[in-house]
Amino acid sequence: MSTSWFTPATRMGLSIAVATGLYGISFGALAVAAGLNLWQCIVLSALMFTGGSQFAFIGVLAGGGTPVAGYSAASLLGIRNSVYGMQIKQALRPSASLVPLMAQVTIDESTATSLGQSSLAEKKRGFWVAGVGVWLLWNLFTIVGALLGERMGDPAAWGLDGAAVAAFLGLLWPRLKSAEPVFVAFGAVLVTALAVPVSAPGVPILLAAAAAVIYALITYRRGKPATEHGQRQRVEP
Amino acid sequence: MSELSWWILAASVTAFAVKLSGYFVPRKVLDSPVMSHVAATLTVALLASLVTMNAFTSGTQLVIDARIGALAAAAIALMFRAPYLVVVIVGALAAVGLRMSGLAT
Repeated sequence: MSTSWFTPATRMGLSIAVATGLYGISFGALAVAAGLNLWQCIVLSALMFTGGSQFAFIGVLAGGGTPVAGYSAASLLGIRNSVYGMQIKQALRPSASLVPLMAQVTIDESTATSLGQSSLAEKKRGFWVAGVGVWLLWNLFTIVGALLGERMGDPAAWGLDGAAVAAFLGLLWPRLKSAEPVFVAFGAVLVTALAVPVSAPGVPILLAAAAAVIYALITYRRGKPATEHGQRQRVEP
Repeated sequence: MSELSWWILAASVTAFAVKLSGYFVPRKVLDSPVMSHVAATLTVALLASLVTMNAFTSGTQLVIDARIGALAAAAIALMFRAPYLVVVIVGALAAVGLRMSGLAT
């Protein structure tokens, strides 16, 4: 244990924490530009802590929308986190006392890093390193961005958006080892791409998730063994 | 406290409640064989959807920009079994390179 703390999951979690955390600069700068004060920026990053929703909230305000409209957009965009909560609960089997803390750091990055691992220990490490790592850096850089304002410029100029694309692809890649997951992945890409122009931000990923669930239920029934005994063998050890 | 501050607080509490709600699905439901199968499929779909959102969308628009270069570069790095951190850096460098050379926005 003492020698093996710095595992692949830890490295993945740290990489994604740095790439995502730096985006906090852009959030802080845009939030101040949208009319928030420093404390309001800090509350959003520390408590709301789900980047998409935060950007949606200030985006609505910057566009002249009301705080109620900002609230609605942010909340809609956050619904996917409840799907993540279910996934993480099933994968990590957390004790009840840890759940409130885990819920707070249940976001795209921590969920993706955790589910990208194969062993339980690595899944746990990936979740905590990415979740807490993103939280710390995201909040630190939100303050930096809010203080420096728009002088910091666009994180796209540093290639951070490219880093995010690579980070998520790197997590998906090891799962594409047989025909079925490749099929599911392409299906999800298609549903997401078709849904983006016609739905509110945050909805496409929910539609892709719903399509995957329906597909999984149909294929499960088809492949189900006839006997009770056979069915029990399907349970993973 | 201003009205805006109250809405910020309300949105933050809602976000936490939504995150927490997933953890209240009973373990018995999550552990059934059919749910294991659903979870495995859902994981792939969520990751693929996140890749798509990050690579091709801007707000509610589909766009092709330097990020597609980052996606391709990362895929090539993964084919050559590059370590994860290298894949992430390759993605960033590809996006920066394409923008600096003026080949993409």
